[in-house]
Amino acid sequence: MNDLIHAIDTIPFGEMIVRAECADERAVREILRKEHRDRWDLAVLLSPAANHLLEEVARAAADLTAQRFGRTIRLYAPLYLSNECVNVCTYCGFRRDNDVARSTLNADQIRSEARYLSAQGFRNILLVSGEHPKWVNQDYLCEAVRITRELVPQVAIEVQPLTTPGYEATVKAGADGVVVYQEVYDREHYASYHTHGPKKDYDDRLLAASRAADAGVRRLGIGTLLGLAPWREEILALATHAAHLYRRFGQTEISFSFPRIREAAGAIEPRYQVNDRQLLQMMCALRLVFPDAGIVLSTREAPSLRDGLSRIAVTMMSAGSRTEPGGYEHPDESEKQFEIEDHRTPAEVTAMLASQGIDPVWKDWEEALHG
Amino acid sequence: MHREDPLIIAGRSFQSRLLLGTGKFASHQQMAEAAEVSGAEIVTMALRRVDPGANQGNILDLLDPEQYLFLPNTSGARNADEAVRLARLARAGGISDWIKLEVTPQPSHLLPDSVETLRATEILVKEGFTVLPYMQADPILAKQLAGAGAATVMPLGAPIGTNRGLQTRDAIALILQEAEIPVIVDAGLGAPSHAAEALEMGADAVLVNTAIATAEDPVAMAKAFRLGCVAGRLAYLAGRPAARASAEASSPLTGFLGES
Repeated sequence: MNDLIHAIDTIPFGEMIVRAECADERAVREILRKEHRDRWDLAVLLSPAANHLLEEVARAAADLTAQRFGRTIRLYAPLYLSNECVNVCTYCGFRRDNDVARSTLNADQIRSEARYLSAQGFRNILLVSGEHPKWVNQDYLCEAVRITRELVPQVAIEVQPLTTPGYEATVKAGADGVVVYQEVYDREHYASYHTHGPKKDYDDRLLAASRAADAGVRRLGIGTLLGLAPWREEILALATHAAHLYRRFGQTEISFSFPRIREAAGAIEPRYQVNDRQLLQMMCALRLVFPDAGIVLSTREAPSLRDGLSRIAVTMMSAGSRTEPGGYEHPDESEKQFEIEDHRTPAEVTAMLASQGIDPVWKDWEEALHG
Repeated sequence: MHREDPLIIAGRSFQSRLLLGTGKFASHQQMAEAAEVSGAEIVTMALRRVDPGANQGNILDLLDPEQYLFLPNTSGARNADEAVRLARLARAGGISDWIKLEVTPQPSHLLPDSVETLRATEILVKEGFTVLPYMQADPILAKQLAGAGAATVMPLGAPIGTNRGLQTRDAIALILQEAEIPVIVDAGLGAPSHAAEALEMGADAVLVNTAIATAEDPVAMAKAFRLGCVAGRLAYLAGRPAARASAEASSPLTGFLGES
């Protein structure tokens, strides 16, 4: 059996949740004083007691973020290539049984969108797509990476899980990052939300980040969609995944995302709501256990919350995002993946960061580093 | 005293013994003010952050090239080849042919790879670069790097960004005993007293970034580090007396007994 699958399937959730529920303030403070923290500590940091001490926890997290990342936040922008999709994920606007306007960008359209983002200052673009073997195949993705790399130095992809040779080809085309969220780590919930299409294969998706690392990808983004399953267990599973990747692939940078499910066309309502305070708590908890991990915050969250979170644990933010293909140059012509909450322009977001004493970093990569 | 006690690296003379890293500051403006107050004459910057096409300017736009030597670093390089390519880029871009060599394969702790650092030093020295390698506090490696033609060695005091001070004190003392090129303690110095301690020991200079950039008041902390370096160097030149396990009176307690 694969190590990672075994690690995920044998997480002692019961004991960990008991640990969290029984933790008192003294236990939380003891963990805040520790130098190295493990997943049992994480369980305590996700506890009601830690929620009660959130100000103290946030201060410790903010100090650690400043120490490791400085008073900076890196900026990136998503570029949606296609909303064609063969999967049914019941929370997503791109689900195949959704009767919406579909499109896939051609080479000129990709270039034009990338040029738009580059002119706004972005030097780090995340190419995003639905899963469709005809419209969004390996050759198309490599071409999209090559075109985008002509305009910006740093490109990552957030697409369906690829094979190891598939990831190798995208690295060769110029991508240095791969984002692949498990979406839901709990297997039963996973099966209930992913009802049709290749994405039903939980294990294949779980192992995708490892294949990417094997293929020489330097930045891995992993994550869980909040709202689909109980959040403490999801974060404990995410941490187990990260710990495995850190151990196996020491040279790879890891970042976490845990977006909260947003309204989307034809999508379900989230069953396991997470409030702002809990969102901050899990960010701080992950920061304290993984001091060097990136934490990504998208425009799914509201401006006031983004402003507050950016001072505590976030290391990377998007700004001015559009979630439909072609949406920068031609907004609203195609279906969006989800509604965004923060509609401020990149210039407005960077001004907000500067006003909080945070230096926005646009470029953090150089061609020469590309193996 | 300063005027008669320059720091000399690769034939170039500097008055300040504090090098400043420019990352991690809340703004370019704040970095520039801290640099001014720190008295630093050498500032490092990450090549991967330099953007000739930037909308909002680069970090170096606020620093006067007459006042500072820009020392580009190879941060992000995981092996010698990547570091060498970055160094060539810095030279081709007209930034510098002085290079602070950093080869740090693991993002989780950013400790330097000794084998690849030595290999990159050999290549870059042959290509005519002035190489200042960030290194483990390893006396053998220090000799090997000096033998390969490095302009300085830059052993770490503690892992980068940890503010823990001279955790590697004993190894650095060994490096200092036998060094024929300047020794600059880099990484991990969290307080002016750590900088002073390094210079008291005889280190030629220190490089500081995190402790200044992430202080509550970075400009004031830059001044504190400047003074820490001055104090440490003065103490070194003054010939610091050896520490003793117990107090020793300045006139002998048994002197009244006479010679008999």
